[in-house]
Amino acid sequence: MSSTSYVPSRDTTEGRVYNVTGGDWDAVIGGDPISDERIVLNMGPQHPSTHGVLRLVLELEGETVTDCRVVVGYLHTGIEKNTEYRTWTQGVTFLTRADYLAPFFNESVYCMGVEKLLGIDIPDRARLIRIMLMELNRISSHWVWLATGGMELGALTAMTNGFRARERILDVFEMITGLRMNHAFIRPGGIVQDLPVGAIEKVRDLIKETRTEIDGVDKLLRGQAIWVRRLKDVGWIGVEGCLALGVTGPILRAAGLPWDLRKTEPYLGYDEFDFEVPTDDRGDSWSRFVVKVAEMRESLKIVEQVLDRLEPGPIMVDDPKIGWPAQLALGPDGMGNSLAHVQKIMNTSMESLIHHFKLVTEGFRVPAGQVYSTVESPRGELGAHVVSDGGTRPYRVHFREPSFINLQSTAALSVGGLIADVIASVASIDPVMGGCDR
Amino acid sequence: MTGPDQPAAEIQPVTASAGGTLESSYGVEQHGLFGVKGSGDTSGFGGLVREPLTPKASERPYGGYFDELVDALIAAYPPATTAIRTVVVDRGELTLYIEREHVATMAQVLRDDPSLRFELLSSVSGVDYLGSANRLHAVYHLTSMTYRRRIRLEVSLTVDDPHVPSLTATYPTADWQERETWDMFGIIFDGHPGLTRILMPDDWDGHPQRKDYPLGGIAVQYKGATIPPPDERRAYR
Repeated sequence: MSSTSYVPSRDTTEGRVYNVTGGDWDAVIGGDPISDERIVLNMGPQHPSTHGVLRLVLELEGETVTDCRVVVGYLHTGIEKNTEYRTWTQGVTFLTRADYLAPFFNESVYCMGVEKLLGIDIPDRARLIRIMLMELNRISSHWVWLATGGMELGALTAMTNGFRARERILDVFEMITGLRMNHAFIRPGGIVQDLPVGAIEKVRDLIKETRTEIDGVDKLLRGQAIWVRRLKDVGWIGVEGCLALGVTGPILRAAGLPWDLRKTEPYLGYDEFDFEVPTDDRGDSWSRFVVKVAEMRESLKIVEQVLDRLEPGPIMVDDPKIGWPAQLALGPDGMGNSLAHVQKIMNTSMESLIHHFKLVTEGFRVPAGQVYSTVESPRGELGAHVVSDGGTRPYRVHFREPSFINLQSTAALSVGGLIADVIASVASIDPVMGGCDR
Repeated sequence: MTGPDQPAAEIQPVTASAGGTLESSYGVEQHGLFGVKGSGDTSGFGGLVREPLTPKASERPYGGYFDELVDALIAAYPPATTAIRTVVVDRGELTLYIEREHVATMAQVLRDDPSLRFELLSSVSGVDYLGSANRLHAVYHLTSMTYRRRIRLEVSLTVDDPHVPSLTATYPTADWQERETWDMFGIIFDGHPGLTRILMPDDWDGHPQRKDYPLGGIAVQYKGATIPPPDERRAYR
């Protein structure tokens, strides 16, 4: 670079002194000043706005995203492989940890697959309790999406209110299952134990509280100018794009297609319930917000109907080769216990002891074959491809994870937009890396 | 796997029966389902034998919408008569075992033909039936949103030649799912734009969900006893 007018210099006894007057950038690079300002930016895997260990490799020109690559796999824990070395019942314990924000959906879809292989129907009460837990779980999962998504866009009250509301639902889960997350409560053949005393009243209270919370957050955000402008026209994808990329769930419904497996392929008797499938027609992040908030209200409606229909009855299939013999109840230590059963197998009936031991250590055999079962998880179609070779362990379990599939749309949502909108787009996909990487 | 603990169920390769289709049996015949043999076996489990998996070819009528679907597929894609090796209807699900070279073309017809309309490729995954001749299976689950139907396509491959055409041109969603299947099973999808590992690290050796890939893990000591890792424990099968 020659010493041109903008950096005049003169020699002094101290050495050469430059006098910087400011850049005439046209003279320096010529033409478009940002033409070669191509920046490759690594976002993640440790970044608060990427929902866990998601890594985005963004190519930027100025603030505009010109290319986006998604790197996943940081949370791969071999859940599918591990289930092949456990009994069919123990498999639930692993799979519930896949999408950790929607554990009941993981458990349900796997158990529905195993039940289909076994050719059994579960008791009505178990079915209704599964539906109730799944719908409450859908709300708690959407709360996390709203809370984290809000936090990323600067709506901190949405975060604090959202987590507060979610914690109430987790309290109910803890009361019913003994655990806040990773419950392993649903088993092939039914559920582990019946609802504890007072659970139904607690769920009724929860419905009231949750309705108030939804109204509050909805009122807070729907007209909020910053929230609206951060979401509207950001991260657009249409129905064709969704189907090509396999995207299902709220993203597809926000693009206008009312595809909800609870309605289109009703499982567990969802067709008995009166609820709507919310859709919207904008296909942007705002639509996803609208759809998810409406879905939370619909889920509450389903939970109310479940409570009205819930009648006393068995919660495990009446087959002593599959259901564990003890009528378990939640003990003060949070574990399932039945003192009467312990008394029986330890003192009076050796056959019962042998049977119990065999069922717990050996498990049951599932006739050979393969099935694909699906549920509508908070993020879309959650599928389980379950293969049995006739043994006591799953031969292969594959989860069709909506987080994994939906993340493929990241580039479609964010390329061409501003880097700040990448955050809003990824938040609206609502990926859970535990599910994505399994 | 040797030592005081008896080996787990013996795995014996199945010899392909003369002239039988490759799907006639996959999986393995297993003996000694409690991992004991010889005089040590007081359980009686050692004498148990489990037959290899044999999906039974279904006869027409298949029931439900399956007949209509298969007819529509053959009408829209005449090579299907030879491309479909076996039709299996099991537990209310339709599986077509097809020749691998037809996967991509058939998928395109399944997606585009007005009488089929499988708009969504729900899932791509693999299964390893260790012991059979064509042990690697690529399994596709397709969904028709128009007709609300589902279908499963299955292709079987050998370990030495695990090539199958990629579906990414028809279903872009196959991209990551095929990468995962390559990563976990080593099935090579020809025509994929960038078939690299996705869940395992880039420099990983082997394909972890193959059945001959060990689970890993270390023995744990608890109150003086040593508990072997899960894949080396003696277990009922």
